[in-house]
Amino acid sequence: MNMRVNIAGVEWKNPVTVASGTFGSGAEFADYVDLNKLGAVTTKGVANVPWEGNPTPRVAETYGGMMNAVGLQNPGIDVFCERDIPFLRQYDTKIIVNVCGRSEEDYCEVVERLAGEDVDMLEINISCPNVKEGGIAFGQNPKAAEDITRAVKKYAKQPVIMKLSPNVTSIAEMAKAVEAGGADAVSLINTITGMKIDINRKTFVLANKTGGVSGPAIHPIAVRMVYEAANAVKIPVIGMGGIASAEDAIEMILAGASAISVGTANFHDPGVSAKIVDGIEKYMEHQGFESVADMVGIVR
Amino acid sequence: MKERENAVILSQERIAQGIYSMWLKTKAAAEARPGQFISMYTNDGSKLLPRPISICEIDKEAGALRVVYRVTGENTGTELFSKMQAGDVVPVIGPLGNSFPYEKGEGKRVFLMGGGIGVPPILELAKQMNCEKKQIVVGYRDAETFLRKEFEQNGEVYISTEDGSVGTKGNVMDAIRENGLEADVIYACGPTPMLRAIKSYAEENGIECYISLEERMACGIGACLACVCKSKEKDHHSNVNNKRICKDGPVFLSTEVEI
Repeated sequence: MNMRVNIAGVEWKNPVTVASGTFGSGAEFADYVDLNKLGAVTTKGVANVPWEGNPTPRVAETYGGMMNAVGLQNPGIDVFCERDIPFLRQYDTKIIVNVCGRSEEDYCEVVERLAGEDVDMLEINISCPNVKEGGIAFGQNPKAAEDITRAVKKYAKQPVIMKLSPNVTSIAEMAKAVEAGGADAVSLINTITGMKIDINRKTFVLANKTGGVSGPAIHPIAVRMVYEAANAVKIPVIGMGGIASAEDAIEMILAGASAISVGTANFHDPGVSAKIVDGIEKYMEHQGFESVADMVGIVR
Repeated sequence: MKERENAVILSQERIAQGIYSMWLKTKAAAEARPGQFISMYTNDGSKLLPRPISICEIDKEAGALRVVYRVTGENTGTELFSKMQAGDVVPVIGPLGNSFPYEKGEGKRVFLMGGGIGVPPILELAKQMNCEKKQIVVGYRDAETFLRKEFEQNGEVYISTEDGSVGTKGNVMDAIRENGLEADVIYACGPTPMLRAIKSYAEENGIECYISLEERMACGIGACLACVCKSKEKDHHSNVNNKRICKDGPVFLSTEVEI
């Protein structure tokens, strides 16, 4: 039996990574998960310069999930390259760097800087709902998404994964647009824009008023969108959205994901990502699957 | 490797209106220090995030921790905790965060100040504090002065109540003024307005002051950047003027942070 997957020419030892923003750059979680067990670590979004992020409160619990409006706080690409890449390189896992920006130039600057770094893949975040400029602005219009993909591809030395927003009319159209722009893979879904109101204080719970909803509550939406995207494009799809167990992960793979990311569930159990790797392996053994690829998208 | 552990409830009692005391048998007790917290998870799948709860007492011999917490409302995680009984299981991780640097108070006059649900972590600090003059100043809403007996066994106790039913009417700062108290080092935990007042009192008088902050958290281990506070200087880790309360805190030197 073979747990390996090939995502845009990069071989992961298994189909499990962690969703950007839920895992930092792995250092804090390394106490709870053997990072060597993961197919890849996807880092928290990094920009060309440090970002302060949004005011607090930045998170709130919702039924079966949560909302966040962290606002892509990050230390900037220089600190990231000096500190986080060498840290992750100590482990036998692939490094996927999530890149954020406020403008096309910002994204390209980070991608160009990473061209000379020892990282395996880039994930371009065009779907963050919590920042005023950039982020989702590129991710809700197919033409803008295609253009930014084409722009970053000019500078990229590593395969480019475009991370898509669910806050669109047609996820298939968005996936096709970034494929046309030259994307090597897509990942979806980012969080769904939501709002929570404190009825006693009569105000918004999050300082940002709105935030991105994630967690098991949104899993069926994510499965549907992964299915639609996977059937619309030839490039691999990395599925995410509310995966909290091996069963959730397998569902996503059967819907068409070539690999999956564990996000909010890391907050419920910091060791869950490694348990999901074991759970997928058990399922494959039990069901007689020889390879992960044999499971991808077989439900049609 | 650390892991989420199923802690077992040894006992639970209600000690004031909406305030509960729980002893947990947990491996977290072995390393715990005053001022740290544990992340407690409910057994309800619709409530995913851990509740960060400060440690009130540590019993290393029994491998147990005491947490004293407030039920924050109906259908909340803390309400679920309050309905649990001895023998029930609570998933936890911890101990988390830094701790009160009690060694800074050695041989000095100190204030140990707690307000509201910020009172409980002051107890273990009071127990471990070895200082010249241990002045415990705790503020409550009314006459339900929970943990008072335990405090009285560990230092000089001054109480303030909002309704004036016990001790000084007002807050902990009023209690200090009314009793003419002085200190060389301050340790405090409580609501932000209280900490703000203590911070400015300490800074005006050049007193070394440690405050324990609180914010909504998600991971509890320093990865998600939900629970940040503003720092005066650029923080070494974040490379911006933000510190992580769960990881760099919850205890900060008052002059390091802006609240």
